[in-house]
Amino acid sequence: MSVLQKTDQIEQALARHPFFEGLDNRYVKLLAGCGAAVNFQAGQYVYREGDEVNEFYIIRRGRVALEIHVADRGPVTIQTLGEGDVLGISWLVAPYRAVFDVRAVDLTRTTAVYAGCLREKCEKDPSLGYELLKRFASVLGQRLQATRLQLLDVYCHGS
Amino acid sequence: MQPVPYRVRRVRCETRDTFTLELKSFRGQGMVFHPGQFNMLYAFGAGEVPISVSGDPSRPESLVHTVRAVGAVTRALCAAKRGEVIGVRGPFGNPWPMAEAEGSDVVIVAGGLGLAPLRSAVYHILSNRGKYGNVVLIYGARTPEDLVFRPELERWRGRFDLEVDIIVDHASAGWFGNVGVVTTLIPRASFDPQETVALVCGPEIMMRFSVAELAKRGVPAEGVYISMERNMKCGIGLCGHCQFGPVFVCTDGPVFRYADVERLLKVREV
Repeated sequence: MSVLQKTDQIEQALARHPFFEGLDNRYVKLLAGCGAAVNFQAGQYVYREGDEVNEFYIIRRGRVALEIHVADRGPVTIQTLGEGDVLGISWLVAPYRAVFDVRAVDLTRTTAVYAGCLREKCEKDPSLGYELLKRFASVLGQRLQATRLQLLDVYCHGS
Repeated sequence: MQPVPYRVRRVRCETRDTFTLELKSFRGQGMVFHPGQFNMLYAFGAGEVPISVSGDPSRPESLVHTVRAVGAVTRALCAAKRGEVIGVRGPFGNPWPMAEAEGSDVVIVAGGLGLAPLRSAVYHILSNRGKYGNVVLIYGARTPEDLVFRPELERWRGRFDLEVDIIVDHASAGWFGNVGVVTTLIPRASFDPQETVALVCGPEIMMRFSVAELAKRGVPAEGVYISMERNMKCGIGLCGHCQFGPVFVCTDGPVFRYADVERLLKVREV
């Protein structure tokens, strides 16, 4: 398969993913230039806590678990992410380190977008950077809200 | 209205504190009910509590309730053994809009024991499957050990005409399902928002956030129904214990169209 065909497929995968819904085609092309298809086998770690995060992943199929290791309890799953989600928000903000272990629960197909390449493009084109920042900020907001609900422990009483 | 004596035919342990009671009337006749309705269950010597019917409406001969032991009466009900007698008054309340939902996709969002009044709706849909479009059941619980109706959930997941997605707030190793809050499953579910009826039941805060997520998907508030829980005593709108602003939950509810109570849910004093 030629490099051109591969880039074309990555572009299609990005354009179809909900995270990039409505994104200008020229930006999708730019992102595809930094992208690659990456698969993880069930049980394989995407990141370990503290790893440098040089990419983010859009999940096309499968599921990953965000885990934290607790003494006496072993790995505790904080959240799972699946099809339609984006993984690896730490690429965006220094020090670009993973804050959880991330493990593939099932065979997980993703499209990786490499941060080194992307940061450079965002610096050159701030409107691309702003567009991405808005989308990642929205994901961060949703995850913060979900975490707050988890903390409320709503099923504990009155359910 | 006098309680009618029913005998406990079977008790199934759902979780450490939640039990499903199968009851049979002394007279042998069944109780016709609609999904979403509730009965007042009387544990003699302890008191009376409102409990949703969680059984199959097409099998009225078997009256099924699922009870969580949280107080004196519910503890007495959960401790009931086969052959013991329980008093039953009902059925009461406004049911899920199963007839109005015909021809639409149906999204069922349940949290915790909120699956109990929705289980009757699922049974009804499965008995009349051809009348409904895509049917999605989204169920959230605190931990994997708190999931109720496991045998039914496993059976429903195996069907080709029902999408079942389950999530728990907290899990340790050994759980291979989703972890997070129930609202995060709504964006992934397969339904046509403009042609959808959503049935939501669970803790009030979970319902509020679920409705907000359904709205983000484009489901109009007129198509969303919730089941409320209040301090119901008489069950027939006389005593006023369950008054919720201008409505009585026991007779005007427990199932409400969200658009009709949205304003009340935002009033802190109600």
